[in-house]
Amino acid sequence: MRGNRFGYYIREGVSSIFSHGFMSFASVCIIVACLLIMGTFTLIAINVDNIIDTMESQNELMAFVDDTLTEEQARGLEATIEAVPNVDRAVFITRERAWDDFVETYENPRFFEGLDASVTRDRYVVYLDDIALMEETYNLLQDVPGIDWVRAHLEISDGFMRIRNVVTLVSMALVAVLFVISLFIMSNTIKLTTFERRDEIAIMKMVGATSTFIRWPFVVQGLILGLIGSLVSFTMEWGLYQVLAKELISGAGFSFLTVIPFYKVSIPILLAFGAVGLGVGAIGSSLAIKNYLKV
Amino acid sequence: MVQFTDVFKSYENGTKALRGISFTINDGEFVFLVGPSGSGKTTIIKLLTGEIAPTDGTVMVNDYNMGTMKFSKMPYMRRTLGVVFQDYRLIEDKTVYENVAFAMRVIGASGKEIRRRVPYVLELVGLDTRTRRKPHELSGGEQQRVAIARALVNNPRLIIADEPTGNLDPARSLEIMMLLQKINELGTTVLVVTHEKELVESFSKRVIAIDAGRIISDGMDGYYSYER
Ligand SMILES: Nc1ncnc2c1ncn2[C@@H]1O[C@H](COP(=O)(O)OP(=O)(O)OP(=O)(O)O)[C@@H](O)[C@H]1O
Ligand SMILES: [Mg+2]
Repeated sequence: MRGNRFGYYIREGVSSIFSHGFMSFASVCIIVACLLIMGTFTLIAINVDNIIDTMESQNELMAFVDDTLTEEQARGLEATIEAVPNVDRAVFITRERAWDDFVETYENPRFFEGLDASVTRDRYVVYLDDIALMEETYNLLQDVPGIDWVRAHLEISDGFMRIRNVVTLVSMALVAVLFVISLFIMSNTIKLTTFERRDEIAIMKMVGATSTFIRWPFVVQGLILGLIGSLVSFTMEWGLYQVLAKELISGAGFSFLTVIPFYKVSIPILLAFGAVGLGVGAIGSSLAIKNYLKV
Repeated sequence: MVQFTDVFKSYENGTKALRGISFTINDGEFVFLVGPSGSGKTTIIKLLTGEIAPTDGTVMVNDYNMGTMKFSKMPYMRRTLGVVFQDYRLIEDKTVYENVAFAMRVIGASGKEIRRRVPYVLELVGLDTRTRRKPHELSGGEQQRVAIARALVNNPRLIIADEPTGNLDPARSLEIMMLLQKINELGTTVLVVTHEKELVESFSKRVIAIDAGRIISDGMDGYYSYER
């Protein structure tokens, strides 16, 4: 008997989809559009995050020690620097090391004849916990006694932080707005079916069908539409991502721009799309049938 | 069993449709409910089906208290009733057979039960040769028979009919009443709302007459008690 009932829900749900082909198509399209926009913005946000993470591991501040300090005094600054908030660790580099490293990067040592390590300074490479606070840390480090000056690439971190914030904000707002729009279209599609079947619904109530039984075929209709919408948009998002990723890598020419491969995010994206599609279907259909179930 | 005790019903616009109605219908009875237009007959039917709730007093239907029962129990109460309307209320794109089977399917009956029960009730109402027709291919009397078959198919304790012959000629009306009487003889309680004096008189049954929301007579002496 249970199986028979389940079969009934599915048959009724599917036949409603076909008897309102155009509206079904429209509601699938709107779900696809919404999910594509949601998905694309989310993927951009994830990638910007990823780029910022990479930069965080690479980006560092260079704190140059005052010339008047001896090497021993300079080494003594390590604890003070590491005590500055947001500093992960500080690595001391003597002027000789720095000079050797510098010379090594050039093929022709004759450029540097007559010069020695005394032209450079002892320095600390300072690694940060959070790149977003780089500017604050930069200011604090400048105030450490014995540090002459600090070098930082504030513009880059600033730019990326701003992009990340904007993208996060925009995608959250879009997701909310698009979710509501999808719900509206979905519930109206199903309202058409409930309106067309209002006599049937009245008879069902009259002969004693339970609310659950009356509701299920419409919920199934919504769930199927939602599921089709999520699968179609997942496939399209996949294709879109491949194209955009290729364009970005070849077009931009920044070596630090890396794109996360789709397979790494495909499962969460598929789950999220499925959840949104099914959610819109279930909630939209429940809203559509709600008024018929009173009394 | 139906039991009304001091039932009042006012609609939201202030209309006092029922003003203190009390009566009992025992299992197995056949009862006519008569009264002029606007006297409150349909209001009584709607109280019986749970479509509206009483403003005051108690309405008991087949052991359910209509004023206090939980909303979720309503479907199970309705399964003890079969309701027939003046306008038949059939589903136009389903056949006779499907219209009747639908009433069973939506309360979760199995295919096997449906295949056994539907032909039986269709034969009972005399439509066993019309099972594949759609409602618009039937006469009014035949459509009302389908509605009666649908009301009967889930084996209710009580059949309620609100002006079932309102759209039919006298001969067809008589046939429908005889059918309801036959159903009553098979053990189902029947309550029929009607305007038709001759029809009521040709059956010697209990008649409850109401006017302006009150009972003015209740007895076996037919329509005359109402006219006096
Ligand atoms: N939904 C409603 N809202 C307000 N007033 C209503 C409503 N339904 C019925 N009434 C009023 O209640 C009174 C009783 O109506 P009811 O439908 O019970 O009469 P009836 O006896 O069935 O009449 P008829 O023989 O014409 O069908 C009438 O005055 C009617 O106008
Ligand atoms: Mg009426």
